[in-house]
This record gives sequence, C-alpha cells and structure tokens, in this order.
Amino acid sequence: MLVLTRKRNESIIINDNIEITVVDVQGEQVRIGINAPKSVSVYRKEIYLEIQAENKKAAEVKSIDLKDILK
Amino acid sequence: MLLNTRHFGEIEIDESKIINFKEGIPGFEDLKKFVVLYDGDETSPFRWLQCVDDGQLAFAVVNPFMIVNDYNIEIPEEIVSSLNIESIEDVMVLSIVVVPDDVSKMTMNLKAPVIINTKNNTGMQVVLDTDMYSVRHYIVEELRRREVNTGAGTNKEEK
Repeated sequence: MLVLTRKRNESIIINDNIEITVVDVQGEQVRIGINAPKSVSVYRKEIYLEIQAENKKAAEVKSIDLKDILK
Repeated sequence: MLLNTRHFGEIEIDESKIINFKEGIPGFEDLKKFVVLYDGDETSPFRWLQCVDDGQLAFAVVNPFMIVNDYNIEIPEEIVSSLNIESIEDVMVLSIVVVPDDVSKMTMNLKAPVIINTKNNTGMQVVLDTDMYSVRHYIVEELRRREVNTGAGTNKEEK
C-alpha cells in the first residue's frame, strides 16, 4: 500500500479525476472529502463488506416457495 | 432464450426483460444480467431476482413498501443520473431477502435496496447514506406488528 502523509486541507489526486482531501483531524477521527466523477462509487468499506456478506448469505436461499413463506 | 436455473429448472427468459447491472451486485461483481421473476402470484410482495449470467444464482427479493409502510428513501442524484431515471413511475425498488433455516427469522436489506429503471432495464444495488435502515430487517416481525395484508396467501385468521 502506498502511504502518504498529509496535513489538514491537503489533498491527493488519483487518476486526474479523483481528489481526496483531509478536511479535518480531531484525535482519532479524520474527516475526508472526496471529489470524484458520478460514475465512481464511494463506500465506507465496512458497510460495503457487510452488504457483500449479506448478499452471499442471500444467494444461499434454498428452493422455497415464496408464496407459502408467510403462511 | 432458455436458462437452466437452480430453483426453477430450465425456463424461458424473455430477453427484452433482462436488466443490466453494470456494476454487478456487491459480492457478485462479475455477474451483470438479471431478470425479475414471480412465483405465479403477482400480488405477493415477493419476487426472485434471477441471474441470467449464472442460472445457479437467484436472490429472493421483496417489495419493501409492501412490508414497511413508512419506508422512505431518497435515490441519490448520482444513481438517478447513472440509471438515467426520468420518472419515478419507472422505478422498481426491491430488497434482497436472507432466508435462514428458521424461516421466521428471515430478513430484508433496507439499507441497500436494489433500484431498477424499468424503462431502460438498468439496475444497481444502492447503499443508502442513512442510519435509519438496517441491512437485516426482520420481515415476519414487521408483518405481525403492522398486520399488513401481504396478499401472499396470508390468512389473518390462521395466525
């Protein structure tokens, strides 16, 4: 992993079109601003991993009759 | 086209109904083509999101508005533009369902609904930027609480 040191209000540019700015640093918390094209999806990693894991669980659904499921 | 599926055997897929998920679905990023199927009962809130690229993959999904009356989401502007949504009437919203062995514990993902533009058949699973909704929302509990008539063959007297 490439590691860069940045101060508040300093940025990094990725691929000419994504800008990541350190907006604020308070103790353990870092506020990050992201400027990216609309086609680029930005997620908090732990939420994305949770959605992935949930989808994998959902894919294991057995052959059930959904019509009968709420009876 | 004919598709050999895990849940329904060999079925005929109407190619004009194929929905393109250009980013796939998180966890299955390489699979792009899906169709929405129903179990012969259009009034049921349940559907299947059947993958066309891989017949072995299908998600049970549910119309969240038929389960949670006050489910209220805002489709982010970048999704509206990415799916080219012109009218809210073209939008289909589905929640992916996890059905564990104990069916009464099944959950729906309200935090990351599947948004489909039925006009151009494009779709995406969208992670909402809100803490209001959970990835695992219990369905049966919700139905009992709200006594929603699901139209899924549920007979209230039998409960």
